[in-house]
Amino acid sequence: MNIDTLLPMLLTVIAAATPLLLAAIGELVTEKSGVLNLGVEGMMLVGAVIAFAVTVGTGSAILGIIAAAFAGIALSLVFGLLTLTLMANQVATGLALTIFGIGVSSLIGSSYIGTPVEKLAVLHIPGLSDIPVLGPLLFGHDILVYASVAITVLVAWFLKSSRAGLILRAVGESDLSAHSIGYDVIKVRYLAVMFGGLCSGIAGAYLSLSYTPMWVEGMTAGRGWIALALVAFASWRPWRVLGGAYIFGGVTILQLYLQGAGGIGIPAQVMNMLPYLATIIVLTVISAGPWRGRLDAPACLGKPFRPAS
Amino acid sequence: MIRPIDRRTFIVGGAAAGLTLASGALHRASAADPLKIGFIYVGPVGDFGWTHGHDLGRKAVEAKFGDLVKTTYVENVAEGPDAERVIRKLATDGNKLIFTTSFGYMEPTLKVAKAFPKVFFEHATGFKTAPNVAVYNSRFYEGRAVVGHLAGSLTKTGKIGYIASVPIPEVVMGINATAIWARKVRPDAEVKVVWINSWYDPGKEGDAAKALIDQGVDIITQHTDSPAPLQIAEQRGVLGVGQASDMKSFAPKAQLTAIVDEWGPYYIERAQAALDGTWKTSDTWHGLKEGFLSLAPYGDAVPAELRASADAIKAGIIDGSIHPFTGPIKDQKGEVKVADGAKLADGDLLGMNWYVEGVSA
Repeated sequence: MNIDTLLPMLLTVIAAATPLLLAAIGELVTEKSGVLNLGVEGMMLVGAVIAFAVTVGTGSAILGIIAAAFAGIALSLVFGLLTLTLMANQVATGLALTIFGIGVSSLIGSSYIGTPVEKLAVLHIPGLSDIPVLGPLLFGHDILVYASVAITVLVAWFLKSSRAGLILRAVGESDLSAHSIGYDVIKVRYLAVMFGGLCSGIAGAYLSLSYTPMWVEGMTAGRGWIALALVAFASWRPWRVLGGAYIFGGVTILQLYLQGAGGIGIPAQVMNMLPYLATIIVLTVISAGPWRGRLDAPACLGKPFRPAS
Repeated sequence: MIRPIDRRTFIVGGAAAGLTLASGALHRASAADPLKIGFIYVGPVGDFGWTHGHDLGRKAVEAKFGDLVKTTYVENVAEGPDAERVIRKLATDGNKLIFTTSFGYMEPTLKVAKAFPKVFFEHATGFKTAPNVAVYNSRFYEGRAVVGHLAGSLTKTGKIGYIASVPIPEVVMGINATAIWARKVRPDAEVKVVWINSWYDPGKEGDAAKALIDQGVDIITQHTDSPAPLQIAEQRGVLGVGQASDMKSFAPKAQLTAIVDEWGPYYIERAQAALDGTWKTSDTWHGLKEGFLSLAPYGDAVPAELRASADAIKAGIIDGSIHPFTGPIKDQKGEVKVADGAKLADGDLLGMNWYVEGVSA
């Protein structure tokens, strides 16, 4: 496989990995605060349809992306209200949020089916974008691809090095201790949930504006669930989410290219299993190997917080 | 691997079944009650493809009969155990005619049909009938023959891409029809197949199109349900063919034509039969002639003389002078599977589990 065939494949991988990365990094922050939001798929769909509708309506993709981010936040606030304030079960509420998102996105989108939209423009960086091979690979993308990587870097720094990140982790590891030394657990969790909603909304916008610039119902096709799996796959670490998204996207795309190349003698069904096999293998390795102790889910994940007083 | 399927064994069962049905009108409470008709869909009604087409059929039934019928549908139902639950629910809700519109609903439909002998079931693209289960399908391969002719005539690289969903005879048949007819005009044409193992995943369909185009394909055809591959074709400046609906709005330059499903007339006919009490099980496999499918208007990329030759093939299929699977047809190893001048029988088509020469998969 030479560079002429490798390069387009890598570009396809980047496009496939970006929505996974965006949704997973948001969910990671939510889960780090101790909240499990299974509504990612629903928030992505609502983000996708809102981004599409606003872009068609205003002609501005940037406004579409911003609207999608707010739509994701709005939906996540519904989740926050139910689980954090009213203390509903997080798993049930998250599932309900996904089902709600599927329904409401279909409703909003029904008049947009069959309407095309201009693909999100590539940010052309004079000089850099024109370098052969590296130019298109590193500097030939739209704004959301860069945003996905930038958000990952910021989240990694935030969780590791910032004081606010430390508080967020404390809330996720031991809500009672954080509460007893004076942190507002519910407020921190609200913010984390909202960040998750924002990222899911943007991930949806990427689907309907760049990946496949159209609105069709259920267009996430399970990517929200893959993003959820990615967070566990990455053992709640931002850099591993980045790697995981690209591995997952990469294996999926590689098998499509291998099928197109033909004659490798492996049945297509086996090839389609590859991404899932890879997930199982990586999960087995990281949970059984010397890294075992580090497979650490936040201790309070999914548990409602009831202050003792 | 593709499971070989012998349709003839089931047709015997279907014929025996006709005897038991003479009582269609008996179980309708009164003339004032609308006939309740249920539909179960594998995708969302807004997929702009397969399910969208069936839902247009449902709407046609509503428009035709008005207050005489009441239709309901359940969308996004996975093939398998979940389907059985939904079909059962439709039956217990009082639907007297139920359309199950995906191949994978076959066993669940038969199972529920056994429990509800007075409810009529219509299963799309299947091959097993029962006294109260009819099957219906469209000869999509007829449209694909015309598509193969267009693709073979217009490809510059000689490579035609085919995004395939799940390996069932229906899909293999479409791949083969495309390859046979492309190679009639371009003997060295190759049909490259990528399976995505899903009927509907816009992202993955688009990725498969990218993979094919990156490997030299300059015409994209598909047997999946979203407009994503065609949209990629448009972006990359190659040509493509729409599936199930006219998808021109997504690819004004790229779309050569589209194979458009027309379920409405059949649904109206069957609803009428149920209303009249004349419904019987049947095995319907109609094509271009009966209007089960049509081809969308040709795109600008199709020159006038090619339009004429494509129309001639279409006319030949309609008047019966052309059968898309007429020998000699060789398989991938070069062995003759259909002798010179022979026509492949319907039973063999419906169990098709081999590729013709020129398919690379």
